[in-house]
Amino acid sequence: MSGLNFQLLSTIRLGIKSLLLHKLRSMLTMLGIIFGVCSVIAMLAIGEGASYEAQEAIKKLGSDNIILRSLKPPEDAKQAGMATRGSSIEYGLTYKDGARIQATIPGVKRVLPVRIIRENVRFGANSVACQVLGTYPFYRDIVGMELVRGRFLTETDEINNHNICVLTVGLAQRLFPYQDPLDHSVRIDAFYYRVVGLVREMNMPEQRTQAGRKEGEPLDNNVYIPLSTSRSRFGEVLIRRSAGGFEAEKVELHQITVQMKDTRSVETADPQIKTLLGRFHNKNDFEIIVPLQLLRQAEATKRIFNIVLGSIAAISLLVGGIGIMNIMLANVTERTREIGIRRALGAKRRDITLQFLVETVVLAVGGGLIGVMVGVLTPLIVSHLTTMKTIVTVWSVLLAFGISGAVGIIFGLYPAKAAAQLDPIEALRHE
Amino acid sequence: MPPAEPIIRLEGIEKRYVLGAEVEVRALRGVNLEVMPGSYVAIMGPSGSGKSTMLNILGCLDRPTSGRYFLGGMDVSRMPDDELSEARGKRIGFIFQSYNLIAQLTVLENIQVPLLYQGVDLRQYEERCRTLAEMVGLGDRLHHRPNQLSGGQQQRVAVARSLVNDPLMILADEPTGNLDSKTGQEVLELIDHLSERGKTIVLVTHDDRVARRAHRVIHMADGLIDREVLNEPRSNGAQGRVSS
Repeated sequence: MSGLNFQLLSTIRLGIKSLLLHKLRSMLTMLGIIFGVCSVIAMLAIGEGASYEAQEAIKKLGSDNIILRSLKPPEDAKQAGMATRGSSIEYGLTYKDGARIQATIPGVKRVLPVRIIRENVRFGANSVACQVLGTYPFYRDIVGMELVRGRFLTETDEINNHNICVLTVGLAQRLFPYQDPLDHSVRIDAFYYRVVGLVREMNMPEQRTQAGRKEGEPLDNNVYIPLSTSRSRFGEVLIRRSAGGFEAEKVELHQITVQMKDTRSVETADPQIKTLLGRFHNKNDFEIIVPLQLLRQAEATKRIFNIVLGSIAAISLLVGGIGIMNIMLANVTERTREIGIRRALGAKRRDITLQFLVETVVLAVGGGLIGVMVGVLTPLIVSHLTTMKTIVTVWSVLLAFGISGAVGIIFGLYPAKAAAQLDPIEALRHE
Repeated sequence: MPPAEPIIRLEGIEKRYVLGAEVEVRALRGVNLEVMPGSYVAIMGPSGSGKSTMLNILGCLDRPTSGRYFLGGMDVSRMPDDELSEARGKRIGFIFQSYNLIAQLTVLENIQVPLLYQGVDLRQYEERCRTLAEMVGLGDRLHHRPNQLSGGQQQRVAVARSLVNDPLMILADEPTGNLDSKTGQEVLELIDHLSERGKTIVLVTHDDRVARRAHRVIHMADGLIDREVLNEPRSNGAQGRVSS
């Protein structure tokens, strides 16, 4: 047994030796496999990273949440663009919608209404365009915000219509470059609001898709005020002044986040909410975003993405394999005489097969190893140079390495068999 | 001692090659031959006499079309390929005209090649390989490659290689064909030396002077043994050249 092991070992050593004899040729042959393995790992890492980011963003929306957003219906948008200046449009989600959902949909934990108004916030000479979000105190739990200083909105603020506000850190820095913002008052529209806290948003998915957002504007210019304050200070009808007239929009709520008790009830609640609201809205003036469904879609997309990337990479491995086979066939022809000598000295057909197969596998596995190294490094470099997130998974490394080994065996078998089938007498005569 | 069994026994060996559709070449036409252990046999003949075919069959590189070939008492004429390979590896030591060393291996490794296919642990045989290399006068060149050696040295490596498996017989095919007369002489002396130590040697040559060293010279013609000449035993290479 040890003799057999030794034989295999010395066959491998011999294989490496004869590959080293033609370093350039072996290296070029390996390149195919190196690129193949490298691209499998790198592509899967980039795909994995991209989908991870998407999934994380969706997860932050909350997989047990259903988000409803007011949409300006297209027919009204058209009307507003025409000559009907001075008209008023009424659309979107209402307080009643929130109450109905809370009352009728089973499994609802909390309903969070949000009003979003775009206004300039001023402190002294500083003025920053931002979003004023009127909402309830538990907004912080649902969206996930970090309280940096002070406090967030409270029930008391809500009940008493307090003129207080909470700023995001970025906005505070812009408004108060030199002062401590806490307990200073900022002016929004015509009223003054006392700053009671600073928060940092973990993510702002709703801002990202908000209409009317200008490119390049920072995402964290948010002011949070109690919903009751927002209602009483800004009113229900928002007037947008423009040259030669004004447009009025009546929107009660811009967003309602429905938090369900668990993930399972999200699936059943989604169509129920659609039906319920559909009964009271004749216009198509709201949209439902179900993060859970988005997550599922993202996963499905990721699967397709992986398959496509994987196939491209697999094709490059295949090409690498063909390269190996080509070289090995040339190698067999070149070494016909050696094969003859070995056969004369007692080598069986399978010894010759093994010898050439080992060479191919050494090439493929060696290429595979280098490919794994390059393939693991490439995503790191990509992440370093760009903002793209990449994730190298263990299974992609194993897959790529496994395929390279398999390529070695599959594409090595034919040349090795061809070598073994040579007639020893003919082979010995070969010049 | 009981009378020794012959190492080689050929019984009515025929070899026919089919070339194309209807053309058949009868390279050997019923050869009978016995070679006793320890004998030194030279096979001579003009080209086309069947001596190469004979060598291939004796060396288990080819199988006869009909007839039987006993090598060390074992019928190898109908053996399947793998067993024939094993018989070659274990029972026959080859010395070729063009040395046939493997270029990427060192002297020591070349000597070891036949052992590779016996499934033995090479480390246990390393001493033996060194001894053989020393015997052929290359003890100081163990790690040289064939292209760093002269023709005579290469052929001596081949001689050492042919001995490594302790074969029943050594089959030499024109061992001096590629060498100048001086180095050829040295290699022949080495072979003589092996014969003196009791090795069975079968040598194929077309050179009279080479054949004269053998105990027994077999002349082939047209696929048959034409005649046989027995040489007188010699005490050394310089004496006892008996003309046939």
